[in-house]
Amino acid sequence: MTVVTDRPAPVSSPTPEPARRSGLLDRMRMRAVPYLLALPGSLWLVVFFVAPMIAMISLSLTQGDIGAGFQQTFHWQNYTHSISTYHVQFVRSLEYGLISTVLQIAIAYPVSYWIAFRGGSRKTFYLFLLLLPFFVSFVLRTQSWNFMLADNGIILGPLKNAGLLAQNFHVLATTPAVIGGLTYNYLPFMVLPIYVALERVDPRLIEASYDLYASKVRAFTRVIFPLSLPGIFAGVVITFVPVSADYVNAYILGGPKNTMIGNVIQNNYLVNQQYPEASALSFALMAVLLIGLFGYAKALGTEDVLEAAAG
Amino acid sequence: MSENHIDPVLLRGMTQRRLGRRDIFKAAGLGVAAAGLAACSVKGQATGKKTVAPDAVAKFWTGKTGTGHVNFANWPLYMDPKHPELKKFTAQTGVTVTYSEVINDLPTFFAKIQPQLAAHQSIGYDLMVITNGVEFAELVEFGYYAPLDHSKMPNFTKNVAPKYTQEAYDPGNVYSVPWASGITGIGYNPKYVKTPPTSLQDLQNLIYKGKVGMFSDVEEIGVFAMLAVGANPETSTPSDWQKAADWLKKQQDAGLVRKYYDQDYISALSNGDIWLNMAWSGDIFQSNASNGTNLQFAIPSEGGTLWTDNMTIPITADNPVDSLKLIDFFYDPAIAGSLAEYINYITPVPAAQAVIAADAKAATGDDAKALNQLATSPLVFPAASSLAKLHYYRAFKTSAERDQYNSIFDPIVTS
Repeated sequence: MTVVTDRPAPVSSPTPEPARRSGLLDRMRMRAVPYLLALPGSLWLVVFFVAPMIAMISLSLTQGDIGAGFQQTFHWQNYTHSISTYHVQFVRSLEYGLISTVLQIAIAYPVSYWIAFRGGSRKTFYLFLLLLPFFVSFVLRTQSWNFMLADNGIILGPLKNAGLLAQNFHVLATTPAVIGGLTYNYLPFMVLPIYVALERVDPRLIEASYDLYASKVRAFTRVIFPLSLPGIFAGVVITFVPVSADYVNAYILGGPKNTMIGNVIQNNYLVNQQYPEASALSFALMAVLLIGLFGYAKALGTEDVLEAAAG
Repeated sequence: MSENHIDPVLLRGMTQRRLGRRDIFKAAGLGVAAAGLAACSVKGQATGKKTVAPDAVAKFWTGKTGTGHVNFANWPLYMDPKHPELKKFTAQTGVTVTYSEVINDLPTFFAKIQPQLAAHQSIGYDLMVITNGVEFAELVEFGYYAPLDHSKMPNFTKNVAPKYTQEAYDPGNVYSVPWASGITGIGYNPKYVKTPPTSLQDLQNLIYKGKVGMFSDVEEIGVFAMLAVGANPETSTPSDWQKAADWLKKQQDAGLVRKYYDQDYISALSNGDIWLNMAWSGDIFQSNASNGTNLQFAIPSEGGTLWTDNMTIPITADNPVDSLKLIDFFYDPAIAGSLAEYINYITPVPAAQAVIAADAKAATGDDAKALNQLATSPLVFPAASSLAKLHYYRAFKTSAERDQYNSIFDPIVTS
């Protein structure tokens, strides 16, 4: 079956192409092709990512208000001031992001594992079930938790009446409610990459490990889990950033002390019209998240990152 | 659990115009703001003019003629969806009206129209309803409103309640006339709150621990807290703000506050998530009238907040002439009464009460009952003594002042 035949090594010098008069022009054209192909994407990035980002950095260093206008004064204090004012919310957001991401891995891994290895012919159906709720706007879904978890609502009400819970017990407006909401809302973005990674694990490798007398646990820890790491990495990259910057869950499910940095930024932009401060906070958040992710990538190894990026 | 249809009041509650300041549903607004930012340096808009030139009215209106069509921007569910008033207006004057419910919250709407106004371009609306508050003041400050020609507003002159001609945010109705007003007071659910709250200090009562709802809007919450510490919001100083913030901090630290709400408090109040809260009069009245809830509303002894939504004409309006006609049309008592019957907020036309009472006599059954209730409702037609206890938001003279105010109250609501 797997007979490897020694093929002749490729010829080191490429077969000479028929010489053309305009060889130089042709070669230049050939060289330009990849750039031309990349042009639409690059333009997209420049217009919708690089330009706004530069504008944001520039704005984050201005001073003024909407009445007098914002003048560029390279006012770095916007950063120090806004971070010192909102460091509690900043740290809280990263904390929620971290806890929620870990929870998502804990929940998503068994689910993906089950679908990938036990799903059989219904794999796609199970994945579809997983995605089904996401056809409804996530704001509405989050809002419906408000209804379900109301203090005297359909879940807590009967439990309280049965004397199983204290009368003043409540889930909403607490930290677990916010973290729960975050975890719930971003779970599919963790499940899918892990599923893809597990799905790609070659079953022959697992069989081979059994042949070599590995126990089930050992086969998992030494073969399957390491091979699924790129999936976890991709999941973390996809979810940790939006979770930390989320402002919907804290707004809908949170209480007075659950404000996240996303809420602060939104408030500063739209309500207070404090564009410089809001830009400074956005940029600081972005920087922290990027540094965090690169640190994480470094710790996990670059090959995994590349592999994860390759999908 | 009882509603299995979308009740207009619920919908209004979800989309209610007063409520959307921090409205997450308006994430699109961020996009607009971002577009504004893309201009790298942002030009100032202040005209620096605080007084109106005496010839401003003549200067604006001279040579203007009507085009026969008005574009009206208003908040959702702020008029009967069948628009009977507008139909009457068209029948009477021949002027057609396109009515758009495009204002969901002011910061977003302001962000949307501001660039066009700054460029002296039409915003596509000839008439817009703006709440007294920060955006209203900015529109005045930046010179974005057309000065109203009172000589063409006979109904207004004749029928407006005198109180509305001396508002601090627009004394003499230079740029605006009220559309409707509401009161911020204490809403409570009598199922849980056995002694009716009478004072703002009830919001500090520890028996309501974790069951008090407050507004997240700093203008709203600031007024309440200032009244609670005995300061007059309209003339308050930064030291009053600080005292008020301390009062709010104390309330928060004691664990009293369940949440700082901006729009979904009615359902929370009905289902017992919160027992009492800062609430808008119209919401309570509508919820009782349409959802059969039994919520109560009280104006605290220290006072409450009065806010007013105002009809204004943008300076770049295509058709200010007919727009002004429409404004004055709403000051016909019959029209004002018909509007109040639907929206349940305070009408600036006292004579509308008689109109509604007459309608109630002519109606039968449930309609008559509802109209009678409306005509005698202290929330829709508050007594002069209740009105006297009400205060407006703090009007800021400069952006610096506003920033200072925000920096004191923001840490409370975004803690």
